[in-house]
Amino acid sequence: MKTKSSLLKNNAVQSLLCSLICVVLGLLIGYIVLLFINPNGAGKAILAVIKNFFFYPEGPARAKYFGGTLVKAAPLVMCSLSILFAYKVGLFNIGVAGQYVAGAGACLYAGLAWQCPWYVCLLLAVAAGAVFGAFSGVLKAYCNVNEVISGIMLNWIGLYTVNILLTNVKEDASPYTNNLASFNSSAILPTLGLDKLFGNNQYVTIAVPLAILAAIVIAVILEKTKFGYELKATGNNKNAAKYCGMREKQNIIVTLIIGGGLAGMGAALLYLTGMEQWSCSQSSVPGMGFNGIAAAFLGCLDPLGSLLSSFFIQHITNGGGYVDKTMYCSQISDLISSIIIYLCGFVLFLREFINSRIAKAEERKAELAIGKEAENAVGGDE
Amino acid sequence: MLLLIQYTLIFASVLILVALGGCISEHSGVINLGLEGIMVIGALGGALMMKYMPEGASPFVLIVCTVLMAIIAGVVYSSLLAVACINFKADQTIIGTALNMLGVAVATVIVKAINTAENPDNVSSEIQYIAQKKAFLVNIGSFEFNWFMLLALIALLLVAFMLYRTRFGLRLMACGEHPQAAASVGIDVYKMRWAGVLLSGALGGLGGLVYITAGVSQWKFEVGVAGFGFLALAVMIFGQWKPKHIAWAALLFGLFRALSNVYSGFDFLAAMNIPSGVYNMMPYIISLLVLALTSKNSRAPKAEGIPYEKGMR
Repeated sequence: MKTKSSLLKNNAVQSLLCSLICVVLGLLIGYIVLLFINPNGAGKAILAVIKNFFFYPEGPARAKYFGGTLVKAAPLVMCSLSILFAYKVGLFNIGVAGQYVAGAGACLYAGLAWQCPWYVCLLLAVAAGAVFGAFSGVLKAYCNVNEVISGIMLNWIGLYTVNILLTNVKEDASPYTNNLASFNSSAILPTLGLDKLFGNNQYVTIAVPLAILAAIVIAVILEKTKFGYELKATGNNKNAAKYCGMREKQNIIVTLIIGGGLAGMGAALLYLTGMEQWSCSQSSVPGMGFNGIAAAFLGCLDPLGSLLSSFFIQHITNGGGYVDKTMYCSQISDLISSIIIYLCGFVLFLREFINSRIAKAEERKAELAIGKEAENAVGGDE
Repeated sequence: MLLLIQYTLIFASVLILVALGGCISEHSGVINLGLEGIMVIGALGGALMMKYMPEGASPFVLIVCTVLMAIIAGVVYSSLLAVACINFKADQTIIGTALNMLGVAVATVIVKAINTAENPDNVSSEIQYIAQKKAFLVNIGSFEFNWFMLLALIALLLVAFMLYRTRFGLRLMACGEHPQAAASVGIDVYKMRWAGVLLSGALGGLGGLVYITAGVSQWKFEVGVAGFGFLALAVMIFGQWKPKHIAWAALLFGLFRALSNVYSGFDFLAAMNIPSGVYNMMPYIISLLVLALTSKNSRAPKAEGIPYEKGMR
């Protein structure tokens, strides 16, 4: 009994538990929706979503599609890092989608129009994302514009700007940008032999280890450095931080610059693999940034947790591609991940509930113990 | 020119309706970032109603039923926000964002399910309502008057009257300024905030319907409402949370949005040969500039965004 209550009190265990509850409930609701649409194939469809690449028998095919999921999980990790880093400083960086778009525009344009090698493209993408983040940061720090609103406006501005920019380097017959691998193969991220591990999936590049490295770096910055401490202090109480001599305005701007850089790098990690081409006629902001919000909260705002949650979200998103298209559409996995974020909103309440239950139970036990002691004391007197 | 006025008015109607929704919700103390999602769901409700109306129904019945359905859909959907943010004290930003994503996902899944059930080869996310849409239009010369313009005007007058001239409105605003003080004189803050969110759901849902029937010629549910919900929030902030100012702000934003649709009709604009993306960007750039200039001394309700806790002072 004692070990159980102390286990539940552990923050990490609570976080894991809450996330698991959100995931299970999200999948359950998704299943119910499938039942409503068509009860015949619902079980099979939800299994397809959960299984994703396990759909294939063991062997190179499965490894290849596992690699494919990893490739798309890498940018998602970067976006969720961007969200959680800003969130720790009390900012909700919803502009992550626009920063991601800016990064995509910069790395593709540099790669296609200027024939830059991959590391230059990557750095430019980081810079472009950081510039977008800086816009939000300056507006927030000096003009008191809510970063949520400015971020959303910048998402759309970024989308249209990048569409105009990349129209210069698109294929003549289609709205897609030129194929990076054939136009400038030096812009493709090196694989360092990683592709061999994943059934010769040429898209598995150093992007995957880079994303993991970024998560570790962010974790270290936030937990082990003075800089990270200052940022978190600013997030907890802006005025107190200012009173302690921290430059709170500068901290806000720096945070959003770093957040933007992370998101921009995320875009480079996807587009520099050559797996996707940008469509210059797209009229909605790519969902990667918004999925990053889901991943960040599902990962309990922990950099290492977001590695797991990003993989999971990408896993079910890819899994959506395997449902029976004659009955359902692949957006069912978007539905599930948005339900999961909605449920993540309740996590705080759930934690309070668990903690208050534990506190009550302990109080009762303490009372009992005192009562027993008193009894013993009375018995001793006699 | 007439076309420009027509588009301006219709886009302004959308923005007025949705911004008023946001305004009521914020005055009650809840930031409603989920307006975008609410618009999508309201639009879905209205579109499905139009689809399933019997052919011979009179235009009046069609209009009333469609509008009611959009409002009901918006209200039901916004209750998701109310439950989470008012009763469970969830973070209003997260829930709002989740509702936006959920709205698009739900609408796409439902519409695609209906389409594939009718015809397995049809995987588009569109609903056909071109014939029914005509019920909303009245041609005055070459100007297409839309009943929604009138509806937006009525909503504007009603909301302004309600907020400043009725007991309910004043109490609602008290809950957004200082909920504990409001509670101390016997106002039920939870009830008032619920009312604020549900009203914003009704207006948001209606705004979504206006957007799809009038604003765009054909609509894919996959793309949502292209940031109109957020544009409406910018309109609301620009309008300093006051209905009258919101109306002017909406007209201004509507004008720029309309320009991106009809700029090719003006010789001097077409001659400049600016990519259409620039016009599409304009409303967002302008709202960003306006916000940068006006946010310094903002008149936002004091307690917005903070969950109400009875014991707190």
